[in-house]
Amino acid sequence: MNIVNIIEEIEKVDGEIYERLSPRRAAMKDFFNVGKKVALSAVPLALGSMFNKAYGQTVPTAVVDVLNYALTLEYLEYHFYNHSILAAPGLLPSGAPLGAITTIRDHEKAHVDLLKGAVTAAGATPVEFAYTDFDFTAGNTFADVYTNYDTFLAVAQAFEDTGVRAYKGQAAVLKGLDYLTIALQIHSVEARHAAHIRSMRAARGASIKPWISLGAGGVANDTGIAAVDKVYAGENLDIQAPDITITGIATGVTKAAAVESFDEPLTKPAVLEIASLFIR
Amino acid sequence: MKNSNQENEVLQENSILDAKLQRRSFLQYAGAGAAGIALVAAGCKKDRGYGNGMGGVTLDFKDDFGVLNYAYALEQLEAAFYIQVASNPPAAFTAAERAYFQDIQFHEIAHREYFKKALGNAAIGSLEVNFAAINFTDKASVLATAKAFEDLGVAAYNGAGKRLKTDAYLLAAGKIVSVEARHAAVIRDLISNGSFANSEVVNAQGLDQALQPDKVLAIAGAYVKTQINLINL
Repeated sequence: MNIVNIIEEIEKVDGEIYERLSPRRAAMKDFFNVGKKVALSAVPLALGSMFNKAYGQTVPTAVVDVLNYALTLEYLEYHFYNHSILAAPGLLPSGAPLGAITTIRDHEKAHVDLLKGAVTAAGATPVEFAYTDFDFTAGNTFADVYTNYDTFLAVAQAFEDTGVRAYKGQAAVLKGLDYLTIALQIHSVEARHAAHIRSMRAARGASIKPWISLGAGGVANDTGIAAVDKVYAGENLDIQAPDITITGIATGVTKAAAVESFDEPLTKPAVLEIASLFIR
Repeated sequence: MKNSNQENEVLQENSILDAKLQRRSFLQYAGAGAAGIALVAAGCKKDRGYGNGMGGVTLDFKDDFGVLNYAYALEQLEAAFYIQVASNPPAAFTAAERAYFQDIQFHEIAHREYFKKALGNAAIGSLEVNFAAINFTDKASVLATAKAFEDLGVAAYNGAGKRLKTDAYLLAAGKIVSVEARHAAVIRDLISNGSFANSEVVNAQGLDQALQPDKVLAIAGAYVKTQINLINL
């Protein structure tokens, strides 16, 4: 709990720490005064708020990159759904299906607006994508995506499951920040979408659960659609940190249950490789 | 169990003091004076009381163990609920509903056992649940309770994520919360199709709920007999 040692440690990675702190002598002084008044157990919190003051003015590039990355994916989803509602007559059955897709489209639009605002507030330039920037057939892999409802739902599911994995993959970059909470709040909405789209596919006769299960023969892809293999790469993992095997951890926890219980992340390069198939 | 945990802690404390620092320099390192001694005491076994003591269980949010124990407590509650439903579902449940509850039961058991193992000696004991308010023979009562638990679980993980300091545990919590969100969506759709992410849980910014532990336990506490104390929130 030696403040000088801590600052020296930081200096090793941030040579400007003293410069960052020196205009804030008042903050330092307050900090030490607080330290005298309250029990030392409160120190980590006070320390955290002091550094927020020192660093609070600029958002780290890595965080801005995550925001723009998330914004890219939200644009992809938003335009995908928006087009299905506005410009694909007869694709979406009226009633519950159209209602659900509209709900999801509205959420994706809200995410776009939120992230755009966050990037701008951070003093950076948000990425921007129009519908025409995307090719939702992925070079004719899904040629009938806007005329065949089942193809549309299959692609929707791939997007939602990818979205869930993408946010998870960036959690560590946002660790301890308010941005993490926002990202988590988007992440669980994407998971709700994913579960519903999967249920819509199940109602159409697809052999699929609301949660990502073990694929036939133990493969990671539980959809049976080979074209989306990369979306599910690594989803059949059943060992969790630090080194805990989930299969058989209790009676009835089969490999499938173990796989279903934990959604796996995807790295940024892996997600961008998938997204790039849909970006012109 | 409780006794052996305490013994382990005592042994650990002794070895830390003996091997790494002399007692006097340890006090200096922590900062001498009354406040320093308070801190040292706070780090010792008294308020580390992870076991089921006379005052219930204590979740100490000063480090990741507290957050993981908090998740462990919630998963214990969910698992107990689903085990009871899956073993004796309401007569009105369809085959599909039985299958969903069977699946979810094993997910929650897997989560519970995962946290228990990850926490090791630091794990709190088993919570005693109180499901008196739930009518397990009534489908509507069971679904409403499941919805409340799942939405609350999502909000709890979303709210607690920022507290986690270890990358691996932050990721593990992230891996679990999206599965809870999938459960929430399914249960909601069973009650009313299309309500998987309605405005009860997703706000105008497209954000799901995030709740802090005190708020979560104020709600979940109704289903737990064991007293749960929160410190260093």
